[in-house]
Amino acid sequence: MSMPISGISTLGPPGLEPTTGPAAGQPVPPATHALARMARAVRSNRKATAGTVLLVVFVLVSLFPGVIAHDSPSADAYAPRLGPSTAHLLGTTAYGQDMFAQLVWGTRNVLIIAFVAGLATTGIAVLVGVAAAYLGGLWDGSLSLLTDVLLVIPLFPLLIVIAGYAHGGSTPVLILVITLTGWSYTARQLRSQALSLRGRDFLEAARVRGERRLYIIVVEVIPTMISLIVASFLTNALYAVLFASSLQYIGLGDPNSESWGTMLYWAQNNAALQTGQPLWALAPGACIAALGAAFALLNYAFDEIGNPALRPVRRARVKRAR
Amino acid sequence: MRFALRRLGFFVLTLWAALTINFMLPRLMPGNPALAMLSKFHGELTPQTLKALDVLFGVNTHKSLPAQYVSYLHQVATGNFGISLDFYPKSVSSVIGSAIWWTVGLVGVSTVLAFTLGTGLGIVAAWRRGGRLDSILPPTFVITSAIPYFWVGMVFVLVFGISLHWLPYVGGYYVSTDAPSLSPTFFGDVLAHAVLPGLALVVTTIGTWILTMRNTMITTLAEDYVRMARAKGLPGRRIMVDYAARNAILPNLTGFAMSLGFVVSGAILIEYVFNYPGVGYMLLQAVQGEDYPLMQALFLLLTLAVLLAILLADIATALLDPRTRTAG
Repeated sequence: MSMPISGISTLGPPGLEPTTGPAAGQPVPPATHALARMARAVRSNRKATAGTVLLVVFVLVSLFPGVIAHDSPSADAYAPRLGPSTAHLLGTTAYGQDMFAQLVWGTRNVLIIAFVAGLATTGIAVLVGVAAAYLGGLWDGSLSLLTDVLLVIPLFPLLIVIAGYAHGGSTPVLILVITLTGWSYTARQLRSQALSLRGRDFLEAARVRGERRLYIIVVEVIPTMISLIVASFLTNALYAVLFASSLQYIGLGDPNSESWGTMLYWAQNNAALQTGQPLWALAPGACIAALGAAFALLNYAFDEIGNPALRPVRRARVKRAR
Repeated sequence: MRFALRRLGFFVLTLWAALTINFMLPRLMPGNPALAMLSKFHGELTPQTLKALDVLFGVNTHKSLPAQYVSYLHQVATGNFGISLDFYPKSVSSVIGSAIWWTVGLVGVSTVLAFTLGTGLGIVAAWRRGGRLDSILPPTFVITSAIPYFWVGMVFVLVFGISLHWLPYVGGYYVSTDAPSLSPTFFGDVLAHAVLPGLALVVTTIGTWILTMRNTMITTLAEDYVRMARAKGLPGRRIMVDYAARNAILPNLTGFAMSLGFVVSGAILIEYVFNYPGVGYMLLQAVQGEDYPLMQALFLLLTLAVLLAILLADIATALLDPRTRTAG
């Protein structure tokens, strides 16, 4: 399962590398360069635009839920099982709560999970992947082995088992569990990209300048991989949303939290589909799908955008392998 | 050969990691959760059962952690996973044995179906790159990949089960009017119950196969030998199937193995939505009933299933790809 390029430990002779990398000619620092390119790309790519608009809408709703939904999400103040009307856009639950309000107020919980777990997962992956590629030797061996083992163990059952022992998880617990188990795929991707960067001229230059290893990793290596890191964050955020919602749905979340997964849990508990209240279950599911689609669309777009940027790196790797 | 041995070593290591997770988790949790479970069932258990459970969860013991670990590994290696508390006094192994065939049938058939269908669609989409199929499929599956598995199941239940009354949507067969037997009526009954969950699984997993096959196929189509085949004037179908697809399917097989984790999680949720009597639904029941012995064993079983599937994919790759044979 180890990558074929893992055996490279020596630096290639300087001057043979293609000089098309970000730091080769222009004085632009790689990070701002990449970010500016991304911003431009988001505007020009239809998928990216759609994803951004969707995500911005969700973020706004989560920031100002009270503006959109005037009812309290938890108060069982109305008659139960009302159909959709102008007063209750989606009707009320079997407990007499306003469904639309629940949906709107539930956005925040899901977004927090998506962003915190997505960022934390990606952070661990960057740390492990880059460290494995850069430290090499025994470090690489053990970190890669850990990554591979975690990659093969089925994640969702593992999450269920952990949450089961913890008697269901509050939102921080869910985030923690998803973060600790979900970083392996990204770490592997980042490791192989960091490995392919190792012999590049601008890194060699930094080394000759006498920069410390940590400086090289943080200032020189990681900014070069920024497009892959952003794409990984989007994937991880998507899976955090799906996994957390699934756990909440099967009753392993906090049943009192306001979130889409918890709505689904109560809908399931009250047999909403069978008792003529399909919206109770379908609406939160549709919201999860829409938020997930926002991340997926952005990710797909970044794939299209990011790959040309990675091309010089790839070419270098192929040359090296021969 | 060396590759095979290294691979085998990796599988053993992963299995050991899963065992260790099972061992450590209840002991790491604040206030060993198994303690509550045991006290709940205390009066009903025989001394032997209690002893087996003590070894599994590390309660009522004065042994050091390493010593507990050794006796734990020994007990599990001899196939003793204890007694299921929800299905008392049945052993965990027998409880799982009754559920596993439902899952093997449902998930096995729908995974093979999704893989074959998805790979085929991926081949055609890549072959007619930029065509109608190719412009519709990838964006569609980018969106469907974001849809929660259980939600697809719910929509199926609502539309085909509740609204249209086309198919049954609860359980594996009509529990009240039918009993497991070898009769054709029971067989048809089981088949009817498997259609909706199976279809839901196919719909949720097919996108991965289509996308990976399409992408590797596009890379393969740019190879020199494909250009050569075109230059020779071979018929298009022959180039598509024998030249490009045959080579592109290898990475897809590896991808198949890597994606099995998703198939497993999808299957768990789909079984839950349809109350399908397989191991996924059983796992959730075990969690809700605090039946930790059953839960531990099911987690191990699912890990083992994924490992076995990866092994099969490895073997298939070795058989299909001569390069791996000479390299080994």
